[in-house]
Amino acid sequence: MFLINCPFCGERDQSEFSSGGEAHIVRPKQPTELSDDEWAEYLFMRKNIKGIQFERWNHVHGCRKWFNIVRDTSNDKILSVYKMGEKPPVNYK
Amino acid sequence: MKNKYSVFSLIKNALSQHENWQQAWGNPEPKKEYEAIIVGGGGHGLATAYYLAKKHNLKNIAVLEKGWIGGGNTGRNTTIIRSNYLWDASAGLYDHALKLWENLSQELNYNVMFSQRGVMNLAHNLQDVRDLKRRTHANRLNGIDAVWLNTEEVKKFCPIINTSPDIRYPVLGGTLQRRAGTARHDAVAWGYARGASDMGVDIIQNCEVKGIKRNGDKVEGLETTKGFIKTNKIGVVAAGHSSVIANMAGLKLPLESKPLQALVSEPVKPIIDTVVMSNAVHAYVSQSDKGELVIGAGTDSYVSYTQRGSHNIVEETLKAILELYPIFSRMKMLRQWGGIVDICPDASPIISKTNIKGLYFNCGWGTGGFKATPGSGDLFAHTIANDEPHKLNAAFNLNRFVSGDLVDEHGAAAVAH
Repeated sequence: MFLINCPFCGERDQSEFSSGGEAHIVRPKQPTELSDDEWAEYLFMRKNIKGIQFERWNHVHGCRKWFNIVRDTSNDKILSVYKMGEKPPVNYK
Repeated sequence: MKNKYSVFSLIKNALSQHENWQQAWGNPEPKKEYEAIIVGGGGHGLATAYYLAKKHNLKNIAVLEKGWIGGGNTGRNTTIIRSNYLWDASAGLYDHALKLWENLSQELNYNVMFSQRGVMNLAHNLQDVRDLKRRTHANRLNGIDAVWLNTEEVKKFCPIINTSPDIRYPVLGGTLQRRAGTARHDAVAWGYARGASDMGVDIIQNCEVKGIKRNGDKVEGLETTKGFIKTNKIGVVAAGHSSVIANMAGLKLPLESKPLQALVSEPVKPIIDTVVMSNAVHAYVSQSDKGELVIGAGTDSYVSYTQRGSHNIVEETLKAILELYPIFSRMKMLRQWGGIVDICPDASPIISKTNIKGLYFNCGWGTGGFKATPGSGDLFAHTIANDEPHKLNAAFNLNRFVSGDLVDEHGAAAVAH
């Protein structure tokens, strides 16, 4: 359980949000050109990092807007919050 | 077995104040090289080592455990065992395990306290009724015992359930698998550890894997906190940390690791003599031999490796428990904990070779791996020893995420998530 600083509403309880999983998985530009391996990679394979992970979240019981966060999955500390379309912070790798 | 447990050994040791029992398993330092190494000393990993030694005659093997054996999800689950899955592939896998459970205490000469007290799954809406009846038929076609109970029969089987039609999610019926039940989770890990150790398997605790050494497309050994260990067969059974180990070999898996919680109440006199699961309201409960209610809650929606879980998940589960069992309203909960479960997109496990020679994965059991422990170990041992899957785990390969031939058990099969 933790608090998330929604870029539109401010700090709220995590239970108001839903997790959209790993961020920055780019939707294929030419879906018809994709091989089965590439589809599997896009649809199913996940980094599932223990440590610093970039994620999408949705404030589903609030403003219902999507945004990104950087979170350490080994202790649930949120390191950064940034809006959709913004470049991910470079100081976390 | 060198040190067989029996009524005579009990009497003999009672006469010496129980001070001369031998250690149940050894505590060796790692050798330089093994024929095969199992990464992860939980129930599945220890069972894998046990069957590798017993059925496939591989004796020079080791199990590496970063903490202590059975200290991960094996000691953290709610110990439910059942095989009433919808699809043929799952039915084959889980019923194979259930059949092994039925003789496991004798096989291991260790009381795993397997109790076939039945598992009942409740239906709370018309779609639940249709789905559960369909599953009952599918189970019976696969030779798995299953019956449909109407509301009165549910009440008769477990009288403390509130079957009033006026509650928010009324009980419209349920399914019952009588061969299903529970077992003592620690005893399963200890029994397999003792059995494997007896056949010469090295069980090495407090030994964390730090890297996998590869030579081209095959493995050569493991970097660990106790130094480099050479081997050309590695079986990874690391549950929530499977992706972390896979990453060391440059592999990506279709897994997400999430906290799953459980809690137990203060101990009370026997009140519920079966296991009742309800997927729609997400509450499942049984009673341990000590008298505690054992309650399983849900997973968090986000990836996390903290063995905690969120409070709101516990609240939701307890709300459902209170509506179904008003008699529990004044019970105090004693302990709450979380374990990290590795969830596959199709809610089915992976027991598979990989495209790296000598590297095998047994993972993706998600929220329901305990029930499969003996079957999982047996089939994974077969896969490692023969470098080919057994016909019962052929469908649970890693390649199904490329071919699209998924074993979709989400919601379809009484999977509680």
